[in-house]
Amino acid sequence: MQTSAPTTAHSSMAHNRNPTLIELKNIRLAYSQEHHDTPILDDINLQLDADDFVCLLGPSGCGKSSLLNILAGFQTPTAGEVMIDSQPHTGPSAKVGVVFQHHNLFPWMTIAKNIEFGLKMKGVEKSERKKLVSDYLNLVGLESSAHLLPYQLSGGMKQRAAIARTLATDPQAILMDEPFSALDALTRENMQAHLLELWQKTKKCIFFITHDVEEALLLGRRILVMHANPGRMVVDLQNPLSSYRQSIQELKHLKEFHDLRSYLISAIRNKEVNSPRLGWLR
Amino acid sequence: MGPRSTYKKHVLARGVSFISVAFILMIWTVSTHFKWVDPVFLPSPQSVWQTFLELLREGYKGISLSSHILDSLYRLFIALILALFTAVPLGIFCGISKYVLAFFDPIIEFYRPLPPLAYYALLVLWLGIDDRSKVALLFLSAFAPLFLATVASVQRVPQDRINAARSLGATKPKVLLYIILPSCLPDIITGLRTAIGVTYATLVAAEMVAATSGIGWMVLDASKYLRSDIVFVGIILMGGIAILMDSLIRLYQHLQFSWVGKQDS
Repeated sequence: MQTSAPTTAHSSMAHNRNPTLIELKNIRLAYSQEHHDTPILDDINLQLDADDFVCLLGPSGCGKSSLLNILAGFQTPTAGEVMIDSQPHTGPSAKVGVVFQHHNLFPWMTIAKNIEFGLKMKGVEKSERKKLVSDYLNLVGLESSAHLLPYQLSGGMKQRAAIARTLATDPQAILMDEPFSALDALTRENMQAHLLELWQKTKKCIFFITHDVEEALLLGRRILVMHANPGRMVVDLQNPLSSYRQSIQELKHLKEFHDLRSYLISAIRNKEVNSPRLGWLR
Repeated sequence: MGPRSTYKKHVLARGVSFISVAFILMIWTVSTHFKWVDPVFLPSPQSVWQTFLELLREGYKGISLSSHILDSLYRLFIALILALFTAVPLGIFCGISKYVLAFFDPIIEFYRPLPPLAYYALLVLWLGIDDRSKVALLFLSAFAPLFLATVASVQRVPQDRINAARSLGATKPKVLLYIILPSCLPDIITGLRTAIGVTYATLVAAEMVAATSGIGWMVLDASKYLRSDIVFVGIILMGGIAILMDSLIRLYQHLQFSWVGKQDS
């Protein structure tokens, strides 16, 4: 991003290659109790490209959210380094946007004001802010809800507003912690399609936590699996389905989809997996 | 339950309140009309009304009724404003840092349960008998409920909300101003309602001990001369003003904080 022109909303097309944006080096996290430390994350090494769409799977309690908190800068690791754009990442900043499981919109602000918040914090001028807010309202299809308060919106609309709010500050990476898990099935499918479309438009680095294997297969270009006690990476896989992605519904009919699905499920369940069926995965 | 039936219940509840007030007025009228009670103890509604009109025309002890009321309200408002501008910022800092809270907590916990009149004598001694000692007393009684409401509210602000603001680029001071303060505002206003209640009660007590004007003083002075009609006028006015102030704040809450309690979390 160093070379790119001032903030037009979707400017990361400047990259021809995919440089590493985020780098985790030997990350450890432990909570110290009276007599011993409980390890949460053990020696996590990870590199995320500037236009990666990474889905992280894992059983609950494996440290997925702790890892996200470290990436976001909400939590300092016990040991190890987080580099963003080759610079140490020491605390939360607008470089790394976060979309939470709960929308976390500011309840006293209208949807437009919520989206404007990050721009205001950045010191963007008022006329420019207005323009960007209406751009992002359009992007997520909430133009008509601009002046409503969050509680007046449905769950899916709130989550869309939250995504727009995060996108508006033009972060280099977006972290998402099970953002669609609280939505009903139909809304979730719409949101997934929406997110894919957004990613294809903006090509931002997305780090997406989910416990839903199908969701990971539908969305992720790369899929990671973590195991618990202590949390560690056990699978790091380029999703072969992402290259010939037509529509989410069609994907579900592919044989590979089901093979991958059962592979990932057993990987999450901590079973030995070296099914010959999966030879083509390499 | 549809909005229609909620509205119906609302109207019905209002009706019941109205009946309760009418019932009391009726008993008052009937019992004084048939002289069941000595008029010195319980003046009739008509004579209270007459006294009210007389007070409006001539004032009490050379000071007009509106000046008595305004004197009292002036003391009240100065104290409340001082309390708002000190208790809320301090409460926010105490809500954020447990060490700051640990410093101020013993002081506030010690003076809070004391009856205000116990240390009023000291305040009069230090600050004189005029408005300053009264304002100080009222300030102290308004401070504690506002402070406690603010601290509790800050501690309840969801961490995720703060994190969301931080990852949108808000610095810590900006989080304080743009996220924590507005998050707590509804609780602070509720705290203000409590503070007004406590302060109002203290005000009347303070004026009864040492004053030459004010609605509380008027009531106490009149009681020395067994003018129970004036006492009644004073009490009804005090109650009416309190209800009026509280409804104004409730209206403000209703208009401003429609989001409170509707948030899914």
